Amino acid sequence: MLINDFIKLTSSSLWAQKLRSFLTMIGIAVGIAAVVLLTSIGEGVHKYILAEFTQFGTTIVGINPGKTTTMGLSVGVFGSVRPLSIEDAEALKRLPFAESVVGLVQGNAEIEGNKRTRRTTVYGSGHDLPNAFNMPVRLGRFLPKDDPVAPRAFAVLGSKVKQELFGNTNPLGQRIRIGGDRYRVIGVMESKGQVLGFDLDDTVYIPLARGLELFNREGLIEIDVLYREGVPVDKVVAGIKRVLTARHGREDFTITTQEQMLDVLGSILNVLTIAVGAIGGISLLVGAIGIITIMTINVNERTAEIGLIRALGGRHSQILFLFLGEAIVLSAIGGLFGLILGIGIGQLLGLFIPALPIHTPWIFVIMAEVMAILIGLAAGVVPALYAAKLDPIEALRAE
Amino acid sequence: MIKLQKIHRNFQVGDQIVHALDDINLEIAQGEYVSVMGPSGSGKSTLLNLIGMLDHPSSGEYYLNDKNVTELGEVEEAQIRNKNIGFVFQAFHLVPRLSAAENIELPLMLAGIEPSIRDAKVSLALESLNLTERARHKPEQLSGGQRQRVAIARATITEPAVLLADEPTGNLDQKSGHDVMDILEALNQRGITLIMVTHDQSLGDRSARSIKMIDGRIESDNLNKIDHATVS
Repeated sequence: MLINDFIKLTSSSLWAQKLRSFLTMIGIAVGIAAVVLLTSIGEGVHKYILAEFTQFGTTIVGINPGKTTTMGLSVGVFGSVRPLSIEDAEALKRLPFAESVVGLVQGNAEIEGNKRTRRTTVYGSGHDLPNAFNMPVRLGRFLPKDDPVAPRAFAVLGSKVKQELFGNTNPLGQRIRIGGDRYRVIGVMESKGQVLGFDLDDTVYIPLARGLELFNREGLIEIDVLYREGVPVDKVVAGIKRVLTARHGREDFTITTQEQMLDVLGSILNVLTIAVGAIGGISLLVGAIGIITIMTINVNERTAEIGLIRALGGRHSQILFLFLGEAIVLSAIGGLFGLILGIGIGQLLGLFIPALPIHTPWIFVIMAEVMAILIGLAAGVVPALYAAKLDPIEALRAE
Repeated sequence: MIKLQKIHRNFQVGDQIVHALDDINLEIAQGEYVSVMGPSGSGKSTLLNLIGMLDHPSSGEYYLNDKNVTELGEVEEAQIRNKNIGFVFQAFHLVPRLSAAENIELPLMLAGIEPSIRDAKVSLALESLNLTERARHKPEQLSGGQRQRVAIARATITEPAVLLADEPTGNLDQKSGHDVMDILEALNQRGITLIMVTHDQSLGDRSARSIKMIDGRIESDNLNKIDHATVS
């Protein structure tokens, strides 16, 4: 049979039952729309969360004290962990690929200023922090490059702390007290919003050495190394290991690369996307059952026609393909409706709820349509096989 | 051209075996006009289906044009049906969603013949059966006689050697029935082998050769005295 005749015969039978064909297509369309919409939201959330994490830059390696290992002997024998010190951070700065090195110490403290008091998160850090974490300063400047061991008592406020303490007045040059010590405000940070529940604006930055003193800590909680773009991350990790191992005598620290974190996060988020897609898949299943039902009715109604085609010299395979073709056309056109519906609703949602991240990658669209066609194929196989195997004499008797 | 040798056809009905065809030996030459008559259940339709290769004998052999076609594959059988055998049914069996012309075209479509060749054949067939005006009509818009004429045009579009007609006038009024018979007989006069199953004695008498069947056997096989022009 010529392909044109095949298309003509297939489409004419679907067209002869317009309403029925249309309703069956709607079944598949709703399923495909659900899959496309839900995976779009899943993918949107994926991108959104990754963007939240990478807003601090991707060429960052974090170093934390202590190493998670399991040993056969009591940890006490080798186990004293040396804290990360300001000197360690200074040593890392001499690595050729290190663009900035930021030591961090963090805690809660009471801030007093402009006759108001607020308990807030205080970070002890260095002058490189805005550069390493993409955190611009809105007013004044960030902590200066002081003597790392004995820095001056300057403080930089997060935008929320500034608002709470000083309202709309200019805080630059004002004196505040942090945990009883006096500091002078020299800058205010740009607003950063929240990341996973942490308010990045409800913070105060003071020099690292003063932070250690304030919280009475021996060592830093973290050192972050921002490396030059293009340097392989393995080389960075090796360099850091060499320097710190030389200083500590052994590897009593843990290095976490941004890449590792993003990999783990990405795979978790992929599972999320697949999971919501699978929920949409349930409605696709319902659509597939609709196709099976309609195709079975089709075959039953056209039994005599099947017998006739056999009598006129039609082969098993031609009848098989005619009915499979109808199922596939139903699902393919239904799938196209579904894509339009899904993407359309996605765009509308994006318009009305801008906060909801929606992203529809092209590969999803193509995969959804391929899936629709495969579903049509699978749903059509049983009725079409039944039609092809009908005894022509019995079939001709039906009318 | 048609030769049946010791044909048996058995059906299992419940725990009983029914002999629909019981040791049939039959030869039909090219261009013959044969009617097959007999009561219901005598096996005449089974015989017709078997000759049309829609059914297979339980035992025995079937030669078509000196070729043993008893055990051909499905694809070859379909090909022979398409090229060598035309069917005309009591119930017409037109595809309701296709126009008269498309119904006539169907065997050519199944054979994968180019539309340019098809169109010429179809318009010729429409013309010779006086259906040109009705070419674009759907079966439901045609009268019974017109429908059967469309069915005849479809059965003969591939220029088969054998035309098998199962009660071709059974669903028609007398006048349309006569018209259809005239057409079938005219085709026979032009050389097609016409084998017709009928209940109607008057139709049976028109044929050159009439076979009577009872209980799956050929009861009689007579050449008729022809009182109108019929070539055997």
